[in-house]
Amino acid sequence: MTRDLTALFDPQGIIVTGVSSHPGKFGFVALHNLLTAGYRGEIFAVGREAGEVLDRPVFGTIDDIPEGAADLLFICTPAAVNEQLLRAAAAKGVRAAFVAAGGYREADTDGVAAEQSLIATAGELGMLLAGPNGQGVVSTPSAMCAQIVAPYAPRGNLSLVSQSGNIVSSWLNLSNHTGVGVARSVSAGNAAQLGVIDYLEWFAEDPETKVSLAYIETIQDGRSTFERLRAISTRKPIVVVKGGASAAGARAAASHTGALASNDAIFDGMCRQAGVIRAPDPEQAFETAATLATQPLPKGNRVVVVTSAGGWGVAAVDAMARTGLDPIPLPGDLEAAIDDLLPPRWSRSNPIDTVGAETRDTLPRILELVAGHRDVDAVVLLGIGILSNTAAMMRRGQFYPDHGLERIVNFRERQDARYVQAAADIAERTGTPVLVATELADTSPETPGPATMRAAGNLCHTSAGRAIRSLDQLVRHARWRSARNS
Amino acid sequence: MSVTFSEAESRRLVAEHGVAVSSFVTGESTAAILAAMAADESLRYPVVAKLCGRRIAHKSERGLVRLGIDDQQSLRTHCDDLLAAAEPGDGDVELLVTSMARGNRELIAGLHNDPQFGLVVMLGVGGVFAEVFQDVTFRLAPITETEAEEMIGDLSAQALLGEFRGEPALHRQGLIDLLLALCEVGAAHREVASVDLNPLILVDGRPLAVDALVEVTQ
Repeated sequence: MTRDLTALFDPQGIIVTGVSSHPGKFGFVALHNLLTAGYRGEIFAVGREAGEVLDRPVFGTIDDIPEGAADLLFICTPAAVNEQLLRAAAAKGVRAAFVAAGGYREADTDGVAAEQSLIATAGELGMLLAGPNGQGVVSTPSAMCAQIVAPYAPRGNLSLVSQSGNIVSSWLNLSNHTGVGVARSVSAGNAAQLGVIDYLEWFAEDPETKVSLAYIETIQDGRSTFERLRAISTRKPIVVVKGGASAAGARAAASHTGALASNDAIFDGMCRQAGVIRAPDPEQAFETAATLATQPLPKGNRVVVVTSAGGWGVAAVDAMARTGLDPIPLPGDLEAAIDDLLPPRWSRSNPIDTVGAETRDTLPRILELVAGHRDVDAVVLLGIGILSNTAAMMRRGQFYPDHGLERIVNFRERQDARYVQAAADIAERTGTPVLVATELADTSPETPGPATMRAAGNLCHTSAGRAIRSLDQLVRHARWRSARNS
Repeated sequence: MSVTFSEAESRRLVAEHGVAVSSFVTGESTAAILAAMAADESLRYPVVAKLCGRRIAHKSERGLVRLGIDDQQSLRTHCDDLLAAAEPGDGDVELLVTSMARGNRELIAGLHNDPQFGLVVMLGVGGVFAEVFQDVTFRLAPITETEAEEMIGDLSAQALLGEFRGEPALHRQGLIDLLLALCEVGAAHREVASVDLNPLILVDGRPLAVDALVEVTQ
């Protein structure tokens, strides 16, 4: 049964222990991050020296905190005192603890004993326990950044869990960079009580979460993990990166099947069977999850590419050759409809090359026709940025704003913004994914195309190949889903 | 402690659950083989003769597999020869004669008891380059028909599964049934540690196991 993690992700109030005036200490940083992100509940700082830190009063003991005011305890104090803190907090109505402190199983044999004792105490008190040795928890619906590191993230519907804290940081950085926002994020640390699957189960029931992203290194009980992942996948997509995938697994060399059965091959099969989307590295995992979070699921693998210039489209179709995607021939009625919008020299095939002939509303109209066509399952839009790139050079040049430059520059910048907005609106309206790709998302993220997408929380892919790679994962997942619903 | 069944025992066990194996007869003497051959109309020349037993692990390396036997006279000679090749350490042995399956494509399928996930079922591309290409896919057993179908789709060598060198495309349902039957073996015999069907030859597109090896834990 799914454990209710509301007290961990949406607490009404938080107690932070280990707060001191030293800005390098975990307790200080946690308090700082909570205040800076604008946590909407009440914050109680607890430290050895009573006084003030960051203009907040510091309590000498949890006993002085009003009962029922907090339901999350964020622990930055050493292992030796933490069980006592759990008891004191439980007496005040606290229902969950995030133990950022280390010195447990990861440290030494004494740490192993301390960890066992810690979870026993939490169990006895009926408290949820995250960590220990984790870097924190983020929950944007509560404006909560309870972390001993940065960054925070924009609000969105992607939820993250990791057995390694720094992978969470990478994903939060990518969230900030792309604008694709996060709902919940947690570093599972040693996962002494709550494991990765416990978090994923709660995410599956969390209305703020649309897609989950997980980094897993070790699995405790293979069969039960499989059953639980499969149950979660039927509700919401999960993207997983497996750490240590290349480590040569123990091989049962007695049989041929055994010799081919590396740990990784079996893990891979388990993911396919459970409907878990597996990504080879954290970056691709983020891109795939961000695509899932911001696009409808495609109904099939038939893809049409729309581009304002030839080479980009050809490269995109080439990239599809390595996937299960099908760059279909342009349906006849679609070709006829586009014929009415473009001069005769357009490509008349997939990719649809508009040969730069579009006027103000041509591209949105073409996108609408393509995405709305019954034989098209997904659209990839390329070429965003040609207009504003040229505009940017004009704006910087010595002739601006004379010679009619101001007017054309404004028009071109507006057009790029209009195009990417149209892509998002049309995807939503038609239920057909429309992916946008341009390297400007990396090289000049301030240009209107990528900037508009980022501000709206939509992913602008940095290349056609990467958009295709993510789209392929979406198509595979959609196929898994439909094979089980029919 | 694990025991590896002889090929004959392994074949009987998997066939009992519906795994398609090439038709075969067994016998402890040449005369018994010839009588069994005469009684079984499904077995036609050319045939393959093998000497098998629980302690014989590497039949081919020891020359205990004789391929392409065209007639009764030749079969008699090979059977006598195989029996004479038995060594005292081989324990109980028997002769196995099976039809020569014709097909250019080889797959491999099996069960394996994984320490983390328990019994898993495998499908892969077989033949001499199997371990080079490692074109294999796994699922946790048992599997559904949909999952069996998805396993077939996982293989990279899809071109091998279409029409190939004058042979028809893979009979998908035949392979799905075989994978499901393989899982049945695991479900019915909890002591099974591994099963290898290697190779599975595609005969007119239908997968047929021409060797089987079952290992059980005792």
